[in-house]
Order: sequence, then C-alpha cells, then structure tokens
Amino acid sequence: MTAARRTGRSLQSGAGWASWRAVALVAGALVMVFPLYWMVITAFSDQGALTSGPLRFFPENPTLDGFRRAFDLLPFGQFFLNSTAIALVAMALSVTLNLLAGYVLAKYRFRGQQVVFVMIVSTLMIPVQVVMVPQFQLVAGLGWINSYWAVIIPRAAEAFGIFLCRQFMLGIPDEVLEAARLDGAGHLRIFWSIVLPMSRPLIAVLVILTFMYRWNEFAWPLIVLNDQQLFTVPIGLAFLQGEYGTDYPALMGMALLSTLPVLVVFAIFQRQFVEGVARSGLR
Amino acid sequence: MTTAAPAAVTAPVPGDPPPRRRRVSRDTVAAWSLLSPNLVVFAVFLFVPLLATVWLSLYSSSGFGPREFVGADNYAELFGDSTFWRATANTGLYALLTVPVSLVIGLGIALAMNRPLRGRGVLRAIYYVPYVISGVVVAVAGRWIFNENVGVVNRLLRSSGLDGVPWQSDAAGAMGSLVLISIWTKVGFVMVVYLAGLQSIPKEYLEAAQTDGAGRWAQLWYITVPLLKPTTIFLVVLGVIESFQVFDIVYVLTGGGPGNATEMLVTYAYAEGFDARRQGYAATIGVVTYLFIAVLTALWYRRQRAQEADL
Repeated sequence: MTAARRTGRSLQSGAGWASWRAVALVAGALVMVFPLYWMVITAFSDQGALTSGPLRFFPENPTLDGFRRAFDLLPFGQFFLNSTAIALVAMALSVTLNLLAGYVLAKYRFRGQQVVFVMIVSTLMIPVQVVMVPQFQLVAGLGWINSYWAVIIPRAAEAFGIFLCRQFMLGIPDEVLEAARLDGAGHLRIFWSIVLPMSRPLIAVLVILTFMYRWNEFAWPLIVLNDQQLFTVPIGLAFLQGEYGTDYPALMGMALLSTLPVLVVFAIFQRQFVEGVARSGLR
Repeated sequence: MTTAAPAAVTAPVPGDPPPRRRRVSRDTVAAWSLLSPNLVVFAVFLFVPLLATVWLSLYSSSGFGPREFVGADNYAELFGDSTFWRATANTGLYALLTVPVSLVIGLGIALAMNRPLRGRGVLRAIYYVPYVISGVVVAVAGRWIFNENVGVVNRLLRSSGLDGVPWQSDAAGAMGSLVLISIWTKVGFVMVVYLAGLQSIPKEYLEAAQTDGAGRWAQLWYITVPLLKPTTIFLVVLGVIESFQVFDIVYVLTGGGPGNATEMLVTYAYAEGFDARRQGYAATIGVVTYLFIAVLTALWYRRQRAQEADL
C-alpha cells in the first residue's frame, strides 16, 4: 500500500519536474542557438540592410553575395584545401601516436613507466604560447617556416589524447591480451587486431577532438605560416576581419563555412562520443 | 579472474606470470620503442623549448643579431611592469568568472538532460556545438553580435527601452562580452563530462535516499554533487589551465583592448615576443605564467587532499 502510494507521488512530482526541466532546457537551447541563427541571417543578408533600418529576424531578400564576396576578397578555396590537408594528416598522426602511447602506459609494465606518465600529463600545464618563442626559433632553425611540417610535427604528440587512451585502455581485460600473446601474436599484432577493435568509442573521441583542434588552431600557424598561399582558414578569417571588418555578410558566411567540416566530423562520430568520454574515465 | 572495471584509474596492471625475467625485458624494449615517437616529439618540441624559455628569459634578444645576457633584469622589469600586473589580474578575473559559471550551468544542463526526454539528442548537440567552433569564428561572430552600435545585442536592449552596453569602448563591457562569449563556448563540454560522470552514479543511492524521504535538492546536494567531485576537480583544473592559455578569442575579439582592459598573460607574451620582438621579455612572461599555473594546480590538489583527509 505505502509502496503504491509512494510510487504514485513520485510519479506525479516526476511529471511536474519533467515539464519544468523540458521548458528550461529548450529555453537554454534557444539562447545557445541564437548567435548561430544570427550568423546565418547575417550571412544571407544584404550588407546595407543589416546596419540600417529596423531589426529584421529574417532577411528580406536572401542573397549569396556575402559568400561570393568572401571568396573574391581572399583565396578561401585555397585556404580550405590547406586546412583540410593539415587537419587530416595531423589527425592521423596524432591519433596513431596517442593510441600507441596510451596502450603502452595502460598495459605494459616497465621501469620508469610512472615517471613517463607523470611527465606526459604534466605537459598539459604548459601553455603552448609559453614555449612559442623557442619553438619558433627551433622550427626556423630546421628551415620549416612556411612549411606544413612546422604546423603538424610539433603538435603530433598530445598529452590529453594519451591520457584519454590510457584511461580507456585500462578497461580492456588483460586476459584477452594474455590469450593472444600465448597464441604467439606480437606486440603490434595485438595492438592492431585486438586493442584497436575494442577501442572504437575511444577512436571516435580522438578523431573528433584532434580534427577539431587542428582545424581550429590559430596562433601557431599564424606564426609559422607567413605566405598567404599557405594560410589556413582561421588565419584567413582573422585576416578578412582585419581588412574588411565591416563586411558582416562576408565574414559570417565564411565563419559558418569554416565551421561546417568540424560539424560534419562531429555528426559522424558523435554517437560514440559520450560512450568514449565515459569510458575514458573523464569523470 | 578480476573483471577489469572500465576506467578505474587505479586498476591493477596484470599479475605477473611466472617466466618473469625474460618477458619483462622483452616487454620493456617493446614499450620504449612504441613510446619513442611520442617521447621524441615531446622532448624536441616541448621540453627543450621549455628549458630554452627559462634560459632565454635571462637574455635580451630581438631574434636578430646577438643576444645579450642580462641576468634577472627581465624579471625585475616584469615586477614593475603595470601592463603585466594588469594582464595577471585580467587572467585571474577571467578564470574566476568563466570557470565557476560554466561549471554550474553545465551541471544544471547535465542534470536536466540525464533522464529520458524527447529530442534529447538534438538538445545535447545544440548545447555542445559552440564548443567545437574555433576561437577565431567565435570572436569574429562576437565582434558583430556585440558591436556597440549595430550589433544585435545592443539593438535588442535599445528596442526594449534599455541603454546599450559599451561592449567595445568600455573596459568592463569588453571583459563582460569576452566572459559571456567564453561561457557560451564552454558549457557544452562541461555538460558532456558531467553527463558521463552522472552515468557512473549508482541509481540505488538516489533511490535509497528517496525512500528515506530526501527531496530532490537534498539528493542533489548530499549525494550527486559529492559523488561528482572527481569530475568537478578535473573540470576546475582543466578550466583554470585553459583560462591561463586563452588567446584566440581575445586576440581577435578585443586585441587586448580597449587600452589593456582585456590583455591576458598569453596575449601580452605574444605581443612582446612577436610584435615588439622582445623575445627575452616574452620568455620571462611565459616562465611566470607557467609558474602561476603550476602553483595554482598544486594548491588546488593539496586543498582537495586535505579535505579528503578530513572526511
């Protein structure tokens, strides 16, 4: 009896809570979405109509002129190619290195292991901009200025990714690896055919995060790439802002376009994302 | 047969099987060789430059011509440099404003999102999207949306009879827009991490508390929040470190201005190192920034450990 009553009551209050939280979540989502909505509206608007006349929440005569102007003002097609090449190569490299290091730190025992792990994690505390000056001198000494190696190689090892991999791979049962080892599988073989297939959610997280970091990266490419032909999209966008700061449709159009690749990668992998984050012990 | 608990940080590494000596040494070789690409990159592009930063901070160097050893002169100059202190205060203020607010909002969203709800996937994506957008895009959009004259925020404020906020010409306004924009980009990440944390809380705990008559707020305060503590520690440390590294948004949104109202440690170091070409001085700012982060992180961990010892 009491149990039934309690259930009834909690269901009732549960319903009130449910609608309250749905309203709050939707209201919050509207606030979150509004800047993006405004970017879209701006991108498709006529430049003159934006800053004069009444505030319009939908463009009177939607136009693609903003996008066209952006591509006319700066070679954004080239910038997109550059960014894509850098992000894909850097992502493949980083994800591979992360997985290898995470696997070793989670599943091997050797002298100095703890020291290596602590050292790697401690690099998280080093702001990249702190070491930028010597890094720049080093890269210049290697003759890498205006070369994509300067953008890709110094960022190939990522402490955060290694940390995620280690935490995730601690959850892979040792028995499975031990069995493969008894069957005579080598180190790389075990990694390739057992560890990797069990790490799909982890790989999804790494792909999303690394692609995003590399695609969005700004300060370091800005320093090492001086030739406009080599610019990445963020540099081009900052340049557009500096040179044509009041052409809001062009700016917002390009800002939106430059976000699309990250959104596509995110959409493809997002289903596995939360699981990957959860199992990486990011909590 | 231990079942390996997923993500148990302290999960024991396998019990060593009998034929130990040879296995260990072979494993050691494999371990180091699999680690070596990472270690080389870390050593060459991070540890060496870090040491070089310390070394460079003792020199006066423009990047051209010979550098001159100046000892602690850069540090002495830094100590009396009002822009440096302003940048330090700004960075601290930025962390103090963005980290707690984004954590509270992110936790709120995660709690509301942690039960079945129609359209949950879409809502989650909407909250998360700002986090994946680049700092440059966010700042370019921010300049337009928070433009004092023609931006939509001020136009909305004015059309509802309020005064527009001087987001660009006023020190507090500029910091305000920077903080608001940063919170917008951060809450989605906080939400995802807290959602993962919430999934690890056994339902039985909350059900038991409910049976004992604990209300929603009591459950939240006495069970959920304490059990999420590791998540919170992680997010605070990460948030503070990120705050001390904030660059892209500031550089494009305000350029550190008006005056140096939004100058941050890292933007100041960049300006000194690559605009003013005072590389030794920039390195000094870098060393001190690094020390700030190290000390803050250490203090925070000690406090957490002391609190745990008290329990």
